[in-house]
Amino acid sequence: MSEDKVKTGPSVFLSEILGQQVKVKLNNGVTYLGNLNSIDGYMNIVMDSTSEHVNGEDFVKTYGDVFIRGNNVLYISQV
Amino acid sequence: MSSVQADKQTEEPLDLIRYQLDETVLVKLRGAREMKGKLQGYDSHCNMVLSDAKEYIYNETGEPIVKDCEMVFIRGDSVILISPIS
Repeated sequence: MSEDKVKTGPSVFLSEILGQQVKVKLNNGVTYLGNLNSIDGYMNIVMDSTSEHVNGEDFVKTYGDVFIRGNNVLYISQV
Repeated sequence: MSSVQADKQTEEPLDLIRYQLDETVLVKLRGAREMKGKLQGYDSHCNMVLSDAKEYIYNETGEPIVKDCEMVFIRGDSVILISPIS
């Protein structure tokens, strides 16, 4: 019954944002903006066209493809 | 639900690392360290073996300390990020 009220669960959300532009924040405070390629059950993430940001918006570095180990992930947000 | 995910996503994140075998990668580690080297092997914990590796230790004073290593094993739990170097 309560399931009817749930519009988006975590796995639904994550499969919906595949291929889209996302912001991934890590436990150490660093943020990565990029195109979400894939994600698994450990929250390991692969992104492309990624930029690295420390302290909010300060642009630090760009990467092509990036693999992020899941244990470092604080959140993943759609941008 | 899971079938939706399977349709959209045929590749797992660790597949990216498989494509980098025998290529040079940058590995960002805990403790403001980075390693660059040729990827010889890895497993699902992100334990990795790099050859001809260079370790960069960053500190407040700007220039990183660089150490060379012919062959090195990295324990997966200290890995933050892996990226191919073009």
